[in-house]
Amino acid sequence: MTKKLAIIASKGTLDWAYPPFILASTAAALDYEVQIFFTFYGLTLLKISLDDVKVSPLGNPAMPMPVPMPNLLQILPGMESMATMMMKQKMQGKGIASLEELRSLCLEADVKMVACQMTVDLFDFKKEDFIEGIEYGGAATFFEFAGEADVSLFI
Amino acid sequence: MDFDKELDARGLNCPLPILRVKKALAELSGGQVLKVLATDSGAVKDFQAFCRQTGHELLESSELGGEFLFLIKKKA
Repeated sequence: MTKKLAIIASKGTLDWAYPPFILASTAAALDYEVQIFFTFYGLTLLKISLDDVKVSPLGNPAMPMPVPMPNLLQILPGMESMATMMMKQKMQGKGIASLEELRSLCLEADVKMVACQMTVDLFDFKKEDFIEGIEYGGAATFFEFAGEADVSLFI
Repeated sequence: MDFDKELDARGLNCPLPILRVKKALAELSGGQVLKVLATDSGAVKDFQAFCRQTGHELLESSELGGEFLFLIKKKA
């Protein structure tokens, strides 16, 4: 019988965006049936443009920086964009897929993506901002799939 | 050893080699062999795990000068 993986993606920063897409695409390659439920900040990952998905070094002492940078400097305008640019360059150099690529690989592999309708309403998001091929639903929709899943993850 | 298709996954990092292999295997018929070249050192364990879980047979896994070579036989 086909194994099932259920994921809740609740974060919208670059570092937290990778795990759901990496795990979903890999599970699909291992013949799992996969569903990701995107809620709160995770909904950003369903937008057509992923340019808003950034990584912030602020308050993240574990993030490797080329030079040590005190929090007081990290609050300066442009620091977040710079950190994001540096991270993306580093990823590209190491042959790590872009988020866009991983997301399309997930869609190609029939990973089902569900947007939390409550969050869409809460943040006044518009359906035309999101990619095609996704569904909209609530907690009960998630449990219909997760209730029979072999692996369930909250990310 | 003979193979039916070759996949160059050099320079790609997790999970791309696995995803490319999955795609390449889909284009082969049962019993045919896929040759994979990779540089991701994590791929060694990952291909073993991939084959164990999917039923394809890992005929060979070797390293030569920092490059990895895998031969995967598609399940019948």
